[in-house]
Parts: sequence; C-alpha cells; structure tokens
Amino acid sequence: MKIGAPKEVHEGEARVAITPESAGHLQKLGHEVFVETGAGVPAGFTDDAYRAAGVEVMKTPAALFKMVEIVAKVRPPTDTEAKRLTKDQTLISFFYPSSNEALMDLVKSKGATAIAMDMVPRISRAQKMDALSSMANIAGYRAVIEAGNNFGRFFTGQVTAAGKVPPAKVLVVGAGVAGLAAIGTSTSLGAITYAFDVRPEVAEQIESMGAEFVFLEFDDSELPDGAETGGYAPPSSPAFQEKQLAKFRELAPEIDIVICTALIPNRAAPVLWTRDMVEAMRPGSVIIDLAAERGGNCELTVPEEKIVTDNGVTIVGYTDFPSRMATQSSTLYGNNIRHMIADLTPEKDGVVHHDMEDDVIRGATITHEGEITWPPPPPKVAAIAAKPKAKVIVPTAEEARATEVAAFKTQTRNQVGLIAIGGALLLFVGLFAPASFMQHFIVFVLSVFIGFQVIWGVAHSLHTPLMAVTNAISSIIILGALVQIGSGSFLVILLAALSVFMAGINIFGGFLVTRRMLAMFQKS
Amino acid sequence: MEYGFTTAAYVVAAVLFILSLGGLSGQESAKRAVWYGIAGMALAVFATIIGPGAGLWLLSIVLIAIGGVIGYQLATKVQMTQMPELVAAMHSLVGLAAVFVGFIAHFEMVRVAGLVANSVDPTLDPTVNATALVLLGDLGTFASLIAKKTAVELNILRVELFLGIFIGAVTFTGSVIAYGKLAGKVDSAAKKLPGGHMLNAAAAGVSLLALIWYFNTGGFLPLFIMTLAALFIGYHLIMGIGGADMPVVVSMLNSYSGWAAAAIGFSLGNDLLIVVGALVGSSGAILSYIMCKAMNRSFVSVILGGFGGPAGEQMAVEGEQVAIDADGVANALNEADSVVIVPGYGMAVAQAQQNVAELTRKLRARGKTVRFAIHPVAGRLPGHMNVLLAEAKVPYDIVLEMDEINDDFPSTDVVIVIGSNDIVNPAAQDDPNSPIAGMPVLEVWKAKQVFVSKRGQGTGYSGIENPLFFKDNTRMFYGDAKASLDTLLPKID
Repeated sequence: MKIGAPKEVHEGEARVAITPESAGHLQKLGHEVFVETGAGVPAGFTDDAYRAAGVEVMKTPAALFKMVEIVAKVRPPTDTEAKRLTKDQTLISFFYPSSNEALMDLVKSKGATAIAMDMVPRISRAQKMDALSSMANIAGYRAVIEAGNNFGRFFTGQVTAAGKVPPAKVLVVGAGVAGLAAIGTSTSLGAITYAFDVRPEVAEQIESMGAEFVFLEFDDSELPDGAETGGYAPPSSPAFQEKQLAKFRELAPEIDIVICTALIPNRAAPVLWTRDMVEAMRPGSVIIDLAAERGGNCELTVPEEKIVTDNGVTIVGYTDFPSRMATQSSTLYGNNIRHMIADLTPEKDGVVHHDMEDDVIRGATITHEGEITWPPPPPKVAAIAAKPKAKVIVPTAEEARATEVAAFKTQTRNQVGLIAIGGALLLFVGLFAPASFMQHFIVFVLSVFIGFQVIWGVAHSLHTPLMAVTNAISSIIILGALVQIGSGSFLVILLAALSVFMAGINIFGGFLVTRRMLAMFQKS
Repeated sequence: MEYGFTTAAYVVAAVLFILSLGGLSGQESAKRAVWYGIAGMALAVFATIIGPGAGLWLLSIVLIAIGGVIGYQLATKVQMTQMPELVAAMHSLVGLAAVFVGFIAHFEMVRVAGLVANSVDPTLDPTVNATALVLLGDLGTFASLIAKKTAVELNILRVELFLGIFIGAVTFTGSVIAYGKLAGKVDSAAKKLPGGHMLNAAAAGVSLLALIWYFNTGGFLPLFIMTLAALFIGYHLIMGIGGADMPVVVSMLNSYSGWAAAAIGFSLGNDLLIVVGALVGSSGAILSYIMCKAMNRSFVSVILGGFGGPAGEQMAVEGEQVAIDADGVANALNEADSVVIVPGYGMAVAQAQQNVAELTRKLRARGKTVRFAIHPVAGRLPGHMNVLLAEAKVPYDIVLEMDEINDDFPSTDVVIVIGSNDIVNPAAQDDPNSPIAGMPVLEVWKAKQVFVSKRGQGTGYSGIENPLFFKDNTRMFYGDAKASLDTLLPKID
C-alpha cells in the first residue's frame, strides 16, 4: 500500500504527518511511503532526510495524491485537497466532523474513506494513536513557555544579593492532558501552581503533578460526572459556574499567569475568565488561552493573536501551539499516524484491512464506502477515567411514604394472620383439653408472648449476659424437685435431692457469672 | 402455710423475672436486672420450701447450700474466655434435673394410682376419691393433685411429662457435647454417624411410639426407652453441628432447657415453672433466630446440623499471602488516623483481650480513632466478644455492631483482624458457591490496609478459604495473637 503526506497548506501550519522516522516503521509494515517536496521543511525534516529513509519525494501535491492510496495529513483537507481524493483512497487527518459537515459530505461524494484522528476513542488500547492527547501535551508545555516568554519575571522565587524575587503564581484552568502538561512544566520551572477542574476526581492527578487543587465548596451530588463523557469534562450547572467564577474573581489579583485549557467536546469553550478578572490582574500578567480556537476561556481573547489590555495584561490567543513546536509535534503525530496504520494492517503485509468491527477503527472512521459513518456507535469497551460513583437513588417523599404504607400493610397482614392462626389453634386445643389444662395453658401462652416482647429489646452486646441470666433462672426447675422431695419413696427422694443439688449449682453459678460479666461493662 | 401465699409469692417472682430479662436492654439497667432475677429466685425457692407439699426442707436447704458453694467456685474461677463452656455445662444440669423431676412425677403418679386402685372405687366421682385419699394419710401436694385428676387430665399429664423428659434429655446430652466441643475435648467439626438424619428420625420415631405406648399403659419402660432415644438425639444432633454455628447451638440449648421446665411445670401444675420456662424458652429461640439471621442461615438447617453442601465448585483464590512483621504493623498504626479492630475467637483463645485493650489505650492516647467491629456471631457465644472486651475494660461505646460500622470501612486507614476468619470473608459476597455465600460479613477489605493476626496459613475453624488473606491491601501478621501484640505494643509510640 502506498502512503503519502502532502505539504500542509494551512497558513502557519508547520507540522507534517509523516517523519523520516515514522516512514521507516511504515515500511516495516510493508507500505511504500511518499512525501510532497518540502513537506517536512518547516518541521525540520529536509527532503534529503526523507530520501535517506527510503521515502520517495513527489514534486507536486497533485502527483502525490494520484500516486498514493492513503493520504496522511495533519489539518483537515482543504476543498481542493478533498476534491483530489478518489474512491479507494483513504484520508487520515484531523477532521473535526462535527464542525466540518460540508467537507465530510464532499469526501463522501468522492467515495473516499476518511479516518479522523480527533475521533479516536479514548480507550486504553487506542492511547498510542490518540493524537489529541499528544498534541494537547505539547500545547500545555508550549503554553507555559509562551507565558514565560511574555512574562517579565522569573518563575521561581529567588533571594539574591541584588534583591528578593517572589515566585510567579500560575493558575491552570482545566486539568485535561494539556492542563496537566502545563502544571508539570510550570512547577518544574519553579512557579507556585494552582489548578482547577470541574471534575473532582482529577484533584489527585493535579496534586501528583505538584500543583495545588483549587477547592470549591460544593455539594457532591451536583458535580458533573466525567466518566460518563469518556473522560472529558461535561458542562456544569449554572449554580456551579457561579461558585467557580466567584472563586476565580477572588484569585485573580494574586495570579501572574493564567493558562486556560477548558474545553467541552463539541461545544464553544466556556467563558471562565471574565473581563473584570482580567482587569483585576496586575500589569505584566499573562493569560494563555489554549481554548482560543473555540472562542476562548477568557472573555477578551482574540483568536490567533496576542493582545495587551489597557491595564498591561498580555492575552495570548494563538491556536497553533503544537505547530510552534513542529519538530516535536510532527514526531509524535507521525507516531500516532503510524500506530493507526499499524492497526489497519494487522498482518504487517502492506495490505490494509479496514475492520469496521474494531472499536478504534470504527470510532475514527467518518466516511466509508460512500457512506457517512459518523457519529460512531458507543464503543463496546466502556470509557476510561475513574469508576462512576454508584448513584444513590434518594426516594422522593411520596415514594418513601408509599413504601412505608406498603410495609405497614404487610406487617399488619402478617400480624393479623399470626393472631388468627394462633387463636384458631388455641380454640382447637380448648375444644378437647380439660379446663384445668387450659388455665395453665393461658399462662404459658402469655409468658411466651411476654418473652418475645421483652427479648427483642435486649442489646446485642448483652446477649451473653442474657444467656447466663436465662440459664440461671431456668434452674427454676428446682421447684419441681422441691415440691416432691417430701413425699414418696427413697428413689423419689434421691432423684429429687439430686435435682435440687444440680439446680442449686446452676442458680448460684448463673447469677454470679452474669454479675461478673455485667460489672465489667463500662463507659469510656 | 397457706396455698394462697405461695401463689402470691410466685406472682411476684414471675414479675421479677420478667423485669430481669427486660432490664438487659441497656448496660446500666442490666446491673439492676440481675438483682431482680436473684430476688425472684430467692423468693420462689423460699415460698416453695415453706409452702405445702415440701418436706425435708432441711435436706433441701443443705443441698442448695452445697450446690451454691460449688456454683460460686465455678463462677468466680472461670476465665471469661471459658464462658461458653460454662454456660453449656450448666445447661446440661438443668436438662438432667428436668429428666429427674419428670421421672419423679411419673413415680408419684404410679404410686398414687396404686393407692387409688387399692382403696377407692375408681368408678366413683373423683372428688369423692380425693376425699377418700386425703383420709389415706400423708400424701404430698403433687400426689393429692394427681389424685384429684380425671382420666383425660391424667392422659394430658402423661403427655406433658413425656415431653418434659424428652426435651430435658435432649438438652442434657446436647449440652454435654456442646461443652465438649467448646472446651476442645470433642472435635469441633460437624460429624455425623452413618445414616445422618435418618438416625435422628428413627430415634424420634421410637420416641413417638414410646409416647403412644406410655399414653396407653402408663408403664415405666416406654418412658425409659424414650429417654434413651432422646439422649441419643441430643448427642447426635449437636455432634452434627459444628464450626461457626456453635453460638446458635448454645442459645438453642438454652431455649430447650426453658421448654423442658415449662413442660414439667404443666405436669406439676406449677404456674411459676410454666412462666419462667416459657420466658427462657422464647428468649433462647429469639436469640437463635437473631444469630441465624446474622449468618444468613435458615434456622432449620442449623438445627438439623452442619453447613449445607456448596452448590458448586468454590472460586479458586489467586495471589499469595504476604506476611509482615511487628515493625511494619507498628509503622502503619503510627501513621493511621482511624483504626478498626475486628476481634474473633482467636483473640479469646490466645487470651489477648488485655493486650488488645492496651493497644487501644495507647492508640487512643495518641488521638487516633479506635473502634471495634463486632460481628453478631464472632466467638462461640452470642455477644462473646463484647464480654471479653468489657473484661479488659474497653469502653463499650467504641464497640460497634456490624451494621453500625460496615459503611465506615472505606474511610478507615488500618483494620486489624485478630483471630477472626469467616466473619471477614469476602467470599460470602463474591462467591455464590461458597458455603457462607450471602452471610453478612464485615467489609474490612474496603479499608486502606488490613492486618490479619493469625496463627498460621490454615483455613481455621470452619475450613473455608478466605480470599481476604490474598488481597493486595492485606498483610498477614502470623503468630499467636497475644505474643504478636506483645511484640507490637512497645513499638507504638
């Protein structure tokens, strides 16, 4: 199979989809690799480097598109590029299908298969081709570097002969991949780093990176559950946003650098850093808005531009942070592409097997055989992130009432049933037994009843004393012996005497043991 | 003395006994409750001795006194850990006494019947006969009571007697075996003679036949045969119950001794015996029921003996048991904020409750939260652990029941399991084929760290493998519980 990477035509895009290194791996899978001339130059890979890796360099994009069966790109294709696609060709690139439906239709009409690198499902197996994460990692790092570039002070605090330098305070909003990378970079530069995220479960990750989690007092039940949306933060409730903004407002005057990374999938970026917060910041502060492409987390962000506000706060709205580190990002993206192609050629024989049963391939494929296959069905393997908390269903007042009533009814039914059966049995016995027996029988039944009523109330911890006491008083059998000891033969007297003796042991032993036990129970 | 006075005394005694049991609802009121029981017993015995029918009261008092001395010796010498054995042994005395009293009643009945036959025309009205009998001379109350009875009443009397002796005999051998098992003199595992339940059923059948025989003839032979059968049932029944079911057995025997007393009370026409017997009987029955519920076992299957056979292959346990030494445990304890101790029979066997209490005091002195989690069937007797901890002066308000503490394990730093096994076995929840499947257990494995103090790698009393010991957060602290704690204590600072 022939795989080729054209030169990126998007203004300012310096990345390339195939590097000499990744080309080597692709060849091992049995593929032939092509690049357009000059495709790697902005990222630091010369045509000669490609040739040295055995890659054929094509003169024009048109020739490349004609030659290859798989086109690997970084940015979504332009209309011109899309029109060049033919049936049987496969395009692998970022695509953002939710905001590029016209483009998707165009690719579909050409009959080409498109694999969107941004649609790779977030499951463990697909991490090696998760280009969003690898790019976000670079963006997070670059954001801090960019901030340092525009920030007039040290990150780390120093006490020098020439004076004391306070450490910079960095706030990272959104602790996704980019946010965590930013935290790591910022702390390693020595800044005091704070981080915030709406998902409470990432607090641990934030702290593991060395930042302080900005804790928000909020009722747990209202917190969004990140695990439901495949590990991305879902939109939060208005009440929660209110608290969040209040917290930021409180922090704004102390913070030197804000790095915004909060994005919600398929939505405009939430505005988290408002105009008044910017105004509250000290002159010389820097805001880096990684969400600028989607409108920005900061109200004043101008996408693609760096502006300085009236009070001297620099707001950077670049959208091409990965491209600004093109060598690094091309290497990582090239590896992502290479892993994707490796999954497409399971036999390593240079034959692409587009397996639509495979969760990862199915998820990333947006057009296939003249059909739009986006959005994909939910992956068979559940998403990553923390285990979802077991939702406790709190019954409403009515439901609780209903269960109570039902329980009461069954209880009543059971009790009435028992009483009825017991009563019937008693009556039955009464029909046959003589009156003298019934007198005793009444006493017996009532005693059993009292026994049941009384014993239910006994504390668990006192079950042993209860047994000892009941044991002691069961030696009441002594009465039976005592009333008979005086009458009758020697045998009767002997047996009665023995009974009295044994019961005597029991009375004293039982009560004493009980007393000993109870005397030991004491409160702290 | 008047008959009315005896009855009045009995009423007061009965009320005192009820108050005595009712008072056990709280630790403080329980101390008063014992005195009610003692007063009730004293009153009952006193009223009976001076009441009608009782002769030889000097002999009676002497015998009671001797019995009392022995009882006092037993009760004050016994170790708290031997409490289960003591209670079981004392049950056997009650059972045997019930058998004897039943026999006496039978002999009396025969004697009176003989007298009646010799002197009075049985076709006459019974009251006339009784008058005649009184003239016959010095008969006891019971005898004169019998003499007044009609034929139907005599028959009922026979049934009551028969039942009393039967239950008493079962209680007697059952308690002796239970004592043997608890004291370690009889192998504690569930054992059955070949034939199993059939033997019990056969013995019960023999007893039933004997009842019919006795009912019709009133001879001593069927009574004797039944007694032998009942003794066998008691022996075989309790031999067949083993392991963790012992607490149920003890409270069940307690219940039996009560019913035996009640049955004898019927035959003697003594209301106080009936009242107290019924109280004890129902109390033991409820206790057994509570125990069974705590183990998720059906009462019937416990009584009929042994664990029900597992439905299929038990889950194989993977992983290995990782041992730890006292230093490791001490470090973890020094760092922990909240500690839960789960004591079991192993603590009782090793007499380690004082050391556990000492550990508790030390940890509490350092501001840590220390609590005890008591499973309802921990130990060999209902509430066994509470008593032991109380003996070691562990305050009872930090000793919690399973339901109170189970939710707290996930927020607990360290759990120390001392000599318990089945009650912390996760297989009860995870493995439907486990013999203890469905039994509520203490969910200690949810804590951050679990230390298990155990003598060795064996499976313990019930012979069920415990996956807890193989979990990642579990460390085994091998050795005798007392010795282990002795080495641990100096390291807690």
